[in-house]
Amino acid sequence: MTQANPVRKIVVNTTLNGQQSEFLVAPYQSLLELLREVAGLTGTKEGCNDGNCGACTVSMDGRIVDSCLVLGAEAEGKQINTIEGMAPDGTQLHPLQQAFLEEAALQCGICTPGFLVAAKALLEREPNADEGRIRLWLAGNLCRCTGYDKIIRAVQKAQA
Amino acid sequence: MAGGTDILAQTRGGRFDLDVLVDLKGVPETTELRFGPDGLYLGASVPCYRIYEDPAVAAAYPGIIDAASLIGGIQIQSRASLGGNLCNASPSADGICPLIVHSATAHIAGPNGRRSVPVEEFSSAPGLTVLGNGEFLIGLDLPRPTSGFGAAYERFIPRNEMDIAVVGVASSITVNAGGTVQAARIALAAVGPVPILAHRAAGSLIGKQADASAFEAASTLAAQEATPISDMRGDIEFRRTLVRVLAQRTLTKALDRAGHSN
Repeated sequence: MTQANPVRKIVVNTTLNGQQSEFLVAPYQSLLELLREVAGLTGTKEGCNDGNCGACTVSMDGRIVDSCLVLGAEAEGKQINTIEGMAPDGTQLHPLQQAFLEEAALQCGICTPGFLVAAKALLEREPNADEGRIRLWLAGNLCRCTGYDKIIRAVQKAQA
Repeated sequence: MAGGTDILAQTRGGRFDLDVLVDLKGVPETTELRFGPDGLYLGASVPCYRIYEDPAVAAAYPGIIDAASLIGGIQIQSRASLGGNLCNASPSADGICPLIVHSATAHIAGPNGRRSVPVEEFSSAPGLTVLGNGEFLIGLDLPRPTSGFGAAYERFIPRNEMDIAVVGVASSITVNAGGTVQAARIALAAVGPVPILAHRAAGSLIGKQADASAFEAASTLAAQEATPISDMRGDIEFRRTLVRVLAQRTLTKALDRAGHSN
């Protein structure tokens, strides 16, 4: 949705990883573009850019969404949490991040931030989710490297 | 735009050249979900998760829940709405047939005021609807199921999750205390240019005892009422077979949910 005509940008006030923030976005820019290109938070990845792969998963008001399928302007008044906000105080890894490292649940790493944000949302809601539930919850996140088993094991390790 | 999961991807893909995109979620009537004595009002932009996470709604509208919890992954269900699924008008839409068997009515607003149409008349061709210029879908009304009502939706996909239906079938059935069928609806997805309400199949059940032989006969009729094409997802014969199998399964599940064993 890039376009040649100059368009008036929209002011977006949002709480990004706990911080009140203000951004200027074009009406056609996605939340993914807001995060990566306007806010400079490149931890959230662009994969398919059409809602299939889940690489751009972020949390919006406590629900996980594909940020490529949300307009930046829709972040107005919302709480957005990205991979950059996942480690509690910025020095210590979140248990899921630690488990992904220990279980080698990543290879190229492009899908990893999306998996972590999605898995965090699951464990916050359903700390005792079983393997079937974990696989179903993560069905919206694609990984071409690991074959998924290591990812599932890492999530289960983080539950323990 | 409601959840945007179709229109943003499609616009990016070049299907639409938009001058203006209106976010309907700013219209309060499109974000309301009300469940009361008269039934369920579902605003056009209510996302799937709000439907299946509401225990009262989940208990009363099982066919709707089947669809809301299998459309896309969790990320999509945070955004996608059944109203949007209806307006996107894909022949393989998972959300439309369940709305049809729950006898949903679509409420439309536009420059000439408001009007309502039954959901089975909303789609007019693949990707097209009865919405005129400047019209948009406000919401959906679903009557409150009576006692003895049950419904179900199932689809066939070659994967476990996250795929487009090769065939989808929704069925609803109302039986009396003796197990006789009082009302029935069977709707078919991905076997025609628009979702098909299989009148003959459902009609064959009325007044009959709700049992396996009646369901088998109705399912055979449903397969005849399907008008599938052959494409990369499946050929005509395969799709008719799927209609028959899924009609039997959904009728059986609907009956079970109606509180009567088959």
